[in-house]
Amino acid sequence: MKSNKNILSVLLNKRHKGRTISYTLVVAAWIILTVLQRGGHVSSLIAGLLVPITCYMVAALGLNLNVGISGELNLGQAGFMSVGAFTAVCISGYLAASIPAAPLRLAIALIGGAFVAVIFGLVIGIPVLKLQGDYLAIVTLAFGQIIKSIITNMYLGFDENGFQFSFVQNTTELAPGGKMLLNGPMGATGTQRIATFTAGVILVLIALMIIYNLIWSKSGRAIMAARDNRIAAELSGINITNTKMLSFVVSAGLAGAAGALYGLNYSTLVPNKFDFNTSILILVYVVLGGLGNMNGTMIATVVLVLLPELLRSLQDYRMLIYAVVLIVIMLITNNEHLKTWFKSIRSKQADSRKEAA
Amino acid sequence: MEFISYLVNGLGLGSVYAIIALGYTMVYGIAKMLNFAHGDVIMIGAYISFFALMNFGLPIIPATLLAIICCTILGVVIEKLAYKPLRQASSLAVLITAIGVSYFLQNGAQLLWTSATKVYPSAMPSGSLTLGGFSISWLTLITIGVCLLIMAVLTTFINKTKTGRAMRACSEDKGAAILMGINVNFIISVTFAIGSGLAAIASVLLCSTYPSVFPTLGAMPGIKAFTAAVFGGIGSIPGAFLGGLLLGIIEILAKAYISTQLSDAIVFAVLIVVLLIKPTGLLGRKLSEKV
Amino acid sequence: MSREHILKVRGLGIDFGGLTAVNGLDLDVYEGEIVGLIGPNGAGKTTVFNMLTHVYKPSRGEIIFCGENIASKNIVETNKAGIARTFQNIRLFNNLSVLDNVRIGYHNTITYSPLTAVLRLPAFRKQEKEITEKSMELLKILGLGDQAEVIAGNLPYGAQRRLEIARALASGPKLLLLDEPAAGMNPQETGDLMDMIRFVRDHFKISVLLIEHDMKLVMGICERITVLNYGMLLAEGTPEDIQNNPEVIKAYLGE
Repeated sequence: MKSNKNILSVLLNKRHKGRTISYTLVVAAWIILTVLQRGGHVSSLIAGLLVPITCYMVAALGLNLNVGISGELNLGQAGFMSVGAFTAVCISGYLAASIPAAPLRLAIALIGGAFVAVIFGLVIGIPVLKLQGDYLAIVTLAFGQIIKSIITNMYLGFDENGFQFSFVQNTTELAPGGKMLLNGPMGATGTQRIATFTAGVILVLIALMIIYNLIWSKSGRAIMAARDNRIAAELSGINITNTKMLSFVVSAGLAGAAGALYGLNYSTLVPNKFDFNTSILILVYVVLGGLGNMNGTMIATVVLVLLPELLRSLQDYRMLIYAVVLIVIMLITNNEHLKTWFKSIRSKQADSRKEAA
Repeated sequence: MEFISYLVNGLGLGSVYAIIALGYTMVYGIAKMLNFAHGDVIMIGAYISFFALMNFGLPIIPATLLAIICCTILGVVIEKLAYKPLRQASSLAVLITAIGVSYFLQNGAQLLWTSATKVYPSAMPSGSLTLGGFSISWLTLITIGVCLLIMAVLTTFINKTKTGRAMRACSEDKGAAILMGINVNFIISVTFAIGSGLAAIASVLLCSTYPSVFPTLGAMPGIKAFTAAVFGGIGSIPGAFLGGLLLGIIEILAKAYISTQLSDAIVFAVLIVVLLIKPTGLLGRKLSEKV
Repeated sequence: MSREHILKVRGLGIDFGGLTAVNGLDLDVYEGEIVGLIGPNGAGKTTVFNMLTHVYKPSRGEIIFCGENIASKNIVETNKAGIARTFQNIRLFNNLSVLDNVRIGYHNTITYSPLTAVLRLPAFRKQEKEITEKSMELLKILGLGDQAEVIAGNLPYGAQRRLEIARALASGPKLLLLDEPAAGMNPQETGDLMDMIRFVRDHFKISVLLIEHDMKLVMGICERITVLNYGMLLAEGTPEDIQNNPEVIKAYLGE
């Protein structure tokens, strides 16, 4: 009975370790950056990147649940960010007069953005999750394109008589004092910038909590079981569609919240911001950080958002170098010789540790 | 009458998509990878044929040949340097590498040739063929003709030659193909070479229709052609052909009768509907798992 | 004492394209029984398992399980009804720990919602503790007690087979289907496996239907045997009957 208890405690500790590291990292980064910023030691370039980094982080963490844990290739994460962003911008724009307190309005807008993204996730997930592998990838890609096209053609405004909406052609005629929320290809303009770094950090912590607690539960085990062996999972009584839906929708919701924060960080936001390239960018964070590895995702996001900025002195060459770095990292991390070499080092270390003990 | 001329224009655009989609589908069938850099090979082909036409004053056919040669070499080199070391890696790792290659080509082109749009010269026969009541431009006719020719040559190649047979064997079962003495690396190189050569032809046809050349030129046609390949059933050569043509027709008809701005959304919506009805595309094979 | 049917299969058949793989199969398993399903390679034994668990949809016939015809159910409902199985080509969740593999078997006994899990409410903690303890007990029974933390894909072959049985038992089945449980085992391991199957049957009060080529195992633990040849029922009876049945000998040894 004693050994039984030991194993349980070991398992629980192991799980808590990765999670504790994540929370500690995020909180430490927040404290350090806030202190530095107060002291005026953070360049305006970095300061401007703090909120976007947290946004990409949350979207990438969500995508890691979908791609890393659930094993589905999703190429439409930017679509969900877009839905979240424009929902939040509209909510915040509409409530600007009635709720002047920015943090409260921000919270409502984030929840609203996440909620609408979840609805989209459900609607898209029903057909999409019946497909497998690369077919699923292409449908998520198609979805991202459709969202972009639709938002590019949406016109939404309100005045004292209520909302006015038009599609493709702008036919809204607002009374004086009215306000356009969405303006077709121009997107949202005149948004109050109410996003803050602290809000971003809180969002990252919430995302981590949702993902970790989900992974280490019935749902997480079901998601991983469906990934590892579909038929065995079904025969263990797992409903594959529901399980995949859960990871897809949670991922969409997190992307929605991330997009919402992103949208409220800029005074203007065009629908083209969330195109296929953005989806790919987020996927790169996930893959480079390591599938299923949340700490890796966060580190990769920071490094890859900063990299082009730090290479700014190289001007025109920076994106070329970025591309080369990307290729070289993939070639090195997937090199069979290096992999076996690392393994041998690791096992040697483990052996020596055993001997020492 | 109007409808027929839209249909013909759709076939013209669809032919370009089909030629690009063939590159995607062949590489997928044999190397089992989504080559996201394929669209950027089109862009390189466009620049090369542009300089051949403008700076060297070559006629259209030699200019196209030059583009084909350069793109073929480029395709093979990309495969050798970036994809070959990843044969054993996960498909995601290969996908990310392909994206890296895509960024590299786009930014390299921007460095070499700036991001300013260049106007592609009109080197194709202008004017149109008038038959009965309506007319078709020579360019559209040539595009459709080239596509049909490519399809015929490719089908013969795949079915009748030794290399073609080896390609089919590789796409069926790479392990078994190696045991039969097929040099799989060579076959993959050939596949990339053919795909990239086709991309060069597509670039000339595309730029003759939409005469502007810029570093991200290949992105959208690339995504559309990829969609076409999936639409027809990825890995299937007739599927890519059919998917490309249908996609072109749907796009032109959507632009004409529904909305120009929403045509992309409509194309992708049709794709989703098709995949829901036939989850492996129009001509794709059904996969089943042995238990 | 009259014996109750746990599984009663009548006229079961399946066609793949134009090919009839299994046809007109009758099969009975009574409560608490260990039944063997044998036959030459390609006879359709695994196909029968696949139909019983609805991995393949039967083309015709009845599968009456605990008095209910389940022929039209799906895989997940089959599991809930109380049929669990192992696979000829082992199908574990290779990237998960041994313990998690078994805990997945308890999937449908857990009732807390994802939200409860995210918020780590008391219901989550209580149920997780319960199934973890139950899982550890199962692992001990199958001799995997000290390997709970190992990643399933790294286990040796024999241990993987036992883990599959543990996972199957976790879903609380009334009928356990074992597809070649002794494949790849040495005589010592096979002997242990026979004891274990008997123990599991008695301990969990279940019935077992097994496919096996190792005749020592089949004759040693099966109370009745059904022989399949070319997708059809060839013979049915006690091990003695089967061993002396000329039809069976012919099917195995040829003319």
